[in-house]
Amino acid sequence: MHSAHHDLGVVGTIDKTIFDPNQYLRAWNFSNLTPAERSRFYREEERTDGTLVRDYEIFAVDREIEIAPGVYFPAWTYNGQVPGPTIRATQGDLVRIRFLNQGSHPHTLHFHGWHHPAMDGSHPDQQVEPGAEFLYEFEADPFGLHLYHCHAVPLKRHIHKGLYGAFIVDPPAATPRPPADEMVMLMNAFDTNFDGDNEVYAVNTAAHFHMAEPIRVELGKLVRIYLVNVTEFDLINSFHLHGMFFKVYRTGTALESHEITDNLMLCQGERAIVEATFRYPGKFMFHAHQSEFAELGWMGLFEAV
Amino acid sequence: MTAKSWALALLPLALLVGLLAWIVKSGPTEALREGVPPVEVLALSRAVLAPGDIRLSVLNDGPDPVTIAQVQVDDAYWAFSQEPAGTLSRLDRAEIHIQYPWVHGETHRVKLVTSTGLTFEHEIAVAVLTPRPSARFLGIFALVGLYVGVIPVALGLLWYPLAGRLSARAMDFLLALTLGLLLFLLVDTLHEGAEIARELPGAYQGLALLALGIGVAYLALEGLGAWLRGRQSALGAALVTSLLVAIGIGLHNFGEGLAIGAAYALGEAALGTLLIVGFTLHNTTEGLAIVAPLARTRVSSTRLLVLGLIGGLPTILGAWLGGFIYSPVFSVLFLGFGAGAIAQVVVQIARGAAGDRSISGYLSGAPAASGLLVGFVLMYATGILVQ
Repeated sequence: MHSAHHDLGVVGTIDKTIFDPNQYLRAWNFSNLTPAERSRFYREEERTDGTLVRDYEIFAVDREIEIAPGVYFPAWTYNGQVPGPTIRATQGDLVRIRFLNQGSHPHTLHFHGWHHPAMDGSHPDQQVEPGAEFLYEFEADPFGLHLYHCHAVPLKRHIHKGLYGAFIVDPPAATPRPPADEMVMLMNAFDTNFDGDNEVYAVNTAAHFHMAEPIRVELGKLVRIYLVNVTEFDLINSFHLHGMFFKVYRTGTALESHEITDNLMLCQGERAIVEATFRYPGKFMFHAHQSEFAELGWMGLFEAV
Repeated sequence: MTAKSWALALLPLALLVGLLAWIVKSGPTEALREGVPPVEVLALSRAVLAPGDIRLSVLNDGPDPVTIAQVQVDDAYWAFSQEPAGTLSRLDRAEIHIQYPWVHGETHRVKLVTSTGLTFEHEIAVAVLTPRPSARFLGIFALVGLYVGVIPVALGLLWYPLAGRLSARAMDFLLALTLGLLLFLLVDTLHEGAEIARELPGAYQGLALLALGIGVAYLALEGLGAWLRGRQSALGAALVTSLLVAIGIGLHNFGEGLAIGAAYALGEAALGTLLIVGFTLHNTTEGLAIVAPLARTRVSSTRLLVLGLIGGLPTILGAWLGGFIYSPVFSVLFLGFGAGAIAQVVVQIARGAAGDRSISGYLSGAPAASGLLVGFVLMYATGILVQ
């Protein structure tokens, strides 16, 4: 039975003054802020060997966020946003993060990557109590695409409430990745009624956001997507791009790709760098190939011009 | 009453109004629920399906305002409109309209997502086109009502001549049998009423509504009986009893018709041969209940026919109403009416059958006790066919 017009997707638009997925997409190390504001959260200083010391200020804070037009989620956030700010360093840099817990529960920062156990942010005695702070310090290693998230317990709740972000480590300056239009996509989801099942899926939080506002890319130019899966409750998530094939660099820890596909499956916490070049102009859909996730918000468009 | 009496009566009421005004304006509620998240409750009613089109009625059944932010159909966000738009205050109603390519005969789930992320789900168990009043559907429901209500009752009436030839002991048995049948109907009606009452939005207080229906019908029939007996010259005492039985059964059948019509409209009733056979057997015994009180009197066949129609026709009316404008609230109320009417009729027949004896004396006799049991078991056995 058919009538003329059936519309899949959320109704309305989110308030972008609170969180703008367009801005999040291509921002790291607080590059979306004005220089004055940025210096509060990020400073860098070159060392004699050419590597950098990168100082960050990350705070945990409770905040209601809009995950679909008109649907508000009582999130726990890093710096008031979900996903948290993207941290980006070059292999060999020293990363120092002053972490302040302004939230209502104990939280931590747990980074994937090489580090001393004292910096792991996961042991019972490493929980940062509300009002307290901790200085995380480690070398960015190895190069690749990693993530950070809260490792306080209960783990499921601390992660799905929004405490996660991308951690990009670039290869050493001598062997960089080729220039590209780079963007960060965190596949995340929200259990709004706390029944252990997600009601909203997305990349970068806002359901179906890039259906209404396609991501503009340049024809023939290399596009690099830093893709991280932080979905809770569902074992896997996936990334499917229409009308083309892309190179996959699993965990981003090698400079050669061993996989060319149009559909990439990632487990919880798994990530990959994806490289694609648009051959034809026009709109290209991308979404989870779990149709359910796609229809519940994890679906968007590229527009190649 | 004197002016002083009036003042004494009205003083507490005036103070009450003042107290309520104070609570609403500046009362303690804010302090009591500080920091407690809003309590959101939405009640969804039956979906009305047209080709590619779903309409749902939603009621805010909770204490706090609710904003419907998004709608999912079968785990997919879907465009929708709300009429009237905006936040729903307590007991506000709205219609949710979704253009959705639903599939005939399959199950669909509509989930409303509120601004706080709470979800309220309505399952369309079997998607079928919602019947609209048309000659065809009027005909179908009339036919169903005829089969399950009118014809069986009429068949039961044919025992009338036999009833006249019975001995006193056999009469005791027959009337007790009728009591057994009616007691079963009473239980059955209460069961169904309570079941629907439980599904009603909390604000309707389903069980209280059912009790109200029972009380109203019982008292109304009691009054009607007394009024009719006051004019006994025209109608014999037996005929009055029989009429009351017919009315009680009619009200019960109206409730039954509502349920059948609604089930049909919801696509849940596979009104197969077995179900029709079951209802026919089941309801034939209702005809017997109508004629039993008349065993010792002469009644014209016209009057008998009228009694049969009073008992049977409401099934058709109920099926129409249930099929086109199903309302669980009315169902509960009418099932309450049915139960109340039957309860009154049970008392009525027991009194009549007992005659000079006490009711317990009558029922403890072997013919009556066995009749009571046989009647109930007979209904139970034929009831298996329609469950």
